[in-house]
Amino acid sequence: MQNRVGAGIFQPYRNLWKLFQKDEVISEDASWIFRFSPYLIFALTLVIGSGVPFISLHAPDLLNGGISFMPLGDFITLIYLFALATFFLALSGMDIGSGFGGFGSSREMTMAALAEGGLFFSLLAASVAAQTGNVFGMVENLQTLPLQSFSPLIIAFLAFFVALLAENSRFPVDNPATHLELTMIHEAMILEHSGKRLALMEWAAANKLFIFIALGVNIFFPWGVALSLDPGALFASLVFFAVKGGVLLLAIALIESLMAKFRIFRVPDLLFTSFVLGVIALTLIITF
Amino acid sequence: MDFFNSPTSILSIIALFFIGGVGSVFLSRIYADNGKAAGTFAHLAALLASLLGLITAASVLFNGQGIFFTLGTLFSAVSFDFRVDGLSAFFLGIVSIIAAATSLYGLSYQKHFYGKYNVGIFGFFYNALIASLMLVMIANQALFFLLVWECMSLASYFLVVYEFRNAENIKAGFLYFLMAHFGTIFIMFAFFLAYKATGSLDFDAWRNSVGALSPLMRGLIFGSVLIGFGTKSGIIPLHIWLPEAHPAAPSHVSALLSGVMIKTGIFMFVRFFFDFFPGAPMEWGLIFLVLGAISTLLGVLYALSEHDLKRLLAYHSVENIGIILLGFGAGLVFFSLGLETFALFALAAALYHTLNHAIFKALLFLGAGVVVSETGTRHMEDYGGLIRLMPYTAFFFLIGSLAISAFPPFNGFASEWLTFQALFVGISSTSSLVKGVFIFSIASLVFTGGLAAACFVKAFGTTFLARSRSEKVSKAHEGGWPMKVSMGMLALLTVVLGVFSTTVIAALVGVVASMGLIDPLTYRFPFAEFISARDQFANVLPLHAVAMILLVIFLVTASVIMWATRKRKIVIGKTWDCGMPLNSRGEITASSFSRSLITIFRGLLRPTKQTSTEYHDENMRYFIKFQEIRTEIGDPYRQALYGPAHRVLTFVASWARRIQSGNVNLYLSYIFITLIALLWWAAR
Amino acid sequence: MLQMEASLLFIFRPRRIRHGRTHKWPLLTFLETVMYRMIRKIASIPKLVIPTSELLEMDVEVLGEKLETSIQKIFKGSLAIREVAAGSSNAEEQELTALTNAYYDVERFGIQFVASPRHADMLMVTGPVSRNMAEGLRRTFEATPAPKIVVAVGDGAIDGGVYRDSYAIHNSVEDVIPVDFKIPGDPPSPKVVLAALLQIFQEVESKEADSHE
Repeated sequence: MQNRVGAGIFQPYRNLWKLFQKDEVISEDASWIFRFSPYLIFALTLVIGSGVPFISLHAPDLLNGGISFMPLGDFITLIYLFALATFFLALSGMDIGSGFGGFGSSREMTMAALAEGGLFFSLLAASVAAQTGNVFGMVENLQTLPLQSFSPLIIAFLAFFVALLAENSRFPVDNPATHLELTMIHEAMILEHSGKRLALMEWAAANKLFIFIALGVNIFFPWGVALSLDPGALFASLVFFAVKGGVLLLAIALIESLMAKFRIFRVPDLLFTSFVLGVIALTLIITF
Repeated sequence: MDFFNSPTSILSIIALFFIGGVGSVFLSRIYADNGKAAGTFAHLAALLASLLGLITAASVLFNGQGIFFTLGTLFSAVSFDFRVDGLSAFFLGIVSIIAAATSLYGLSYQKHFYGKYNVGIFGFFYNALIASLMLVMIANQALFFLLVWECMSLASYFLVVYEFRNAENIKAGFLYFLMAHFGTIFIMFAFFLAYKATGSLDFDAWRNSVGALSPLMRGLIFGSVLIGFGTKSGIIPLHIWLPEAHPAAPSHVSALLSGVMIKTGIFMFVRFFFDFFPGAPMEWGLIFLVLGAISTLLGVLYALSEHDLKRLLAYHSVENIGIILLGFGAGLVFFSLGLETFALFALAAALYHTLNHAIFKALLFLGAGVVVSETGTRHMEDYGGLIRLMPYTAFFFLIGSLAISAFPPFNGFASEWLTFQALFVGISSTSSLVKGVFIFSIASLVFTGGLAAACFVKAFGTTFLARSRSEKVSKAHEGGWPMKVSMGMLALLTVVLGVFSTTVIAALVGVVASMGLIDPLTYRFPFAEFISARDQFANVLPLHAVAMILLVIFLVTASVIMWATRKRKIVIGKTWDCGMPLNSRGEITASSFSRSLITIFRGLLRPTKQTSTEYHDENMRYFIKFQEIRTEIGDPYRQALYGPAHRVLTFVASWARRIQSGNVNLYLSYIFITLIALLWWAAR
Repeated sequence: MLQMEASLLFIFRPRRIRHGRTHKWPLLTFLETVMYRMIRKIASIPKLVIPTSELLEMDVEVLGEKLETSIQKIFKGSLAIREVAAGSSNAEEQELTALTNAYYDVERFGIQFVASPRHADMLMVTGPVSRNMAEGLRRTFEATPAPKIVVAVGDGAIDGGVYRDSYAIHNSVEDVIPVDFKIPGDPPSPKVVLAALLQIFQEVESKEADSHE
């Protein structure tokens, strides 16, 4: 799309591997928060990932030998756990005392605060449609919903998509590949990280995008997610997930290649639009 | 054990406070050690009494046996009725926990008063405040309540103006005094209306008077209660005293004011709307929801624009009162619609947030107290780098920030989660007005969560992280062990109340239900059986599972990665700022951190910017010699509400002054006319 | 509030009639542009990247000792470069910028340019180090974590070039920070720089078969 060959698909993994082999330079102004945050943020993405449906709705219940819902799936808990990761990311950006980290944190918290509206309301709309607050329950119930009730959910998905772009620092909210510090939001906060801490931050960001994509395609397009642990069903579910996820990733890549990044004070308009779309979706669902 | 569940316990608590207060004044006169003995005595007495109060409250709740007694009457009007039922015991417990923490903290904090102010007087008013706070929760007669309420207002006024050499504190105290009595007028009005409707000043008589109120009377009473106790709680637009008075008081008193005193308003709301006169029409619930939603959002926006640490915390109190009112309003709506179970949960959410806010707000104020007293300034733009100088305070303040921003697994998240669940029930109702109000409430709560987190990144980051922004701050040091222990206890409570949220929610449902289920003869209520219902929530709000999984995964990941990279070196270097030498001016400031959000919300906040410039050559006006820029947030309440009210009042007063002409003949004619009128009236 | 409604109306607004064309809703125009024309363009455009074999066949002179095998192995698949302009004439920067374009496409080798020296593995220094930039260069070097490689690009960076012995410069990067490799040229063309990079890391195996985005 950009008319060049570019790095390979596995380049991020090669980057991570190299980063783990490098030493680190840590600022003398940094405190234990800077040293501790990357581990916490990475662990949080793993914790959240354990509470999100990817290809199956059930996990083997090792104690009883049956299958059960994962305990973590309440959507409010998931949203606030993400917010906790953002909180520590912003703190570690401020910890180093450089101008870049400071304004990166300021912008990140602004965008996160505003994006939360659209994210919450889109998931709330899906939750009301599915009559449950647990994401696994949402996927299961929404699979059986008749197709004509899906139109408000498409609107909710649009709201969720905008929130996805905002939370994961993608176009048109943020440029993940920029070198100009004044145009950075997420990158500005990790300018000071190096070595394994940088690897953990990059990995955590990738995990976060993956979890958002999984939430988006599995809740709003829930067909194909396996309901049991049967290997055939799991394989089919994996294929479905790859296809749906691939389409969503293609959409993100298209937006990145076709569009310019918004000026920062135009982004709140976009985020408020996502919030309004979420409210519209919710109103449609509760009225019908 | 029975001692703690009897009137003797209550009386001993009051006696302890009395001894503490009076004794502290005596000790300050006897010993000439700058008040150290007096202060220690006062704080220890308060600590002991608070612990006793905590045990009493716990025993009332867990035994399910209330305490009811009368001490006698005064002037045959004021009857000293005491009543400790489930709700009172719960609020008594809140007061006790916070008072115990602040009293312990005060042992170390009082050293900032030595030689400057009279610590004996402080001890007196401090004990008086806590005693009156407790008495407010357990008074059972209208005039007794008003007596204790007034005591509370006076004691807190004197504590707010305690550091009287600062002129701003006097102004803040005066505003607080004015607003407190403005509220008290409406409270008195409500009480006397109720007296007129039921014929008695006893709260028990009001409880038994269901159905005796005409809708007009009920509306008037509820309206006066809303304004009266709303002033005390700090609902927008009656909140203007809060950000002035709470920062002016000494920090552990601020913790008490913010954590407990504004909750007395909430306590009386629950009493009036659910205990005395239940069955309020749905409109009142919607009014509370709207007020709560507005207070939440505006409170957090004003907090974002503050760069005074304690004012920021005070505005967050406004925000959290809004959250409590959301749960309370939802409860009222559900009760009026007949959905009793949901009403129980909504009210339990409101009470849970009351408890949680008291704890983490006290924690934050105590931490802020250490910072402010050690650095000598409240101005956040001067702070920075304090995490190295005060590591414990920084850690506990971080825990408080995490709790108030509602992150799992802390207690703030649990109560906000429950409030969300209560609001979700409301959006599936049939009336579109109700649906709309609930959606508006949910929206404001959602945005508040994100904005509060942003505000605390700013507060914690500017205060504790990176480098110091001024000279005086680099000489600060950590507080003493009482401060550390008290803050540590509160921080531990935030974690415990969050992780064991299911038990707490079950207990709170029991507290709320106990209001309607008290046996009038034995005063017993079935609290214990509600706690056993906690397993029903465990799957829905698995905060203990979240905490455990997070801890396990964090430890495993950290160990694996640290082992895998054990051979890598860590070099300490300078912060990268494009190769330029960094000084303190290069760091982000508190005002600029929130500038983006203020610009986005400029419609609500109305920021102003004034620039004053001095040029080298006034004719050419090209090279600037000196420039000062003031950025401020507009204050619409004083401009649009209090200013005009003040002008009208002054106008009416000066017009009415014409009656006092100074002419004795005119005064005699007034008496004459009044006499004629009364005679005519009597003969009618 | 108005902003929200305006944004909403913007998405769903109808277009005016223009040049005799019929009404077209922007959604349809979007679909047509993206779905059809874009995919047609992607499928039909030829690959215009300079082939790796051409680079490897070049005879490029790179001054400096060979890299240790352990470091070679670390940076084989991924290399982050931070470029430092230490008083250069900007000619070298123009050439280095061209490295990331679609013809030279340095990213297919896993090499990327990064903004912060903390993220960097290699510092490419250009220009004879002016006195004002000496401290900045030193701080950049200290801010880069080990293992790191320093490459002086261009004649100016190697020995001062046309500015040699001027009062305002340090004469070569080596006087300020330790240099591992030098790429001569005034300025070296992107082809030379790229070939030199490949030679430094001795990526002999051909990387013709790449997946393209």
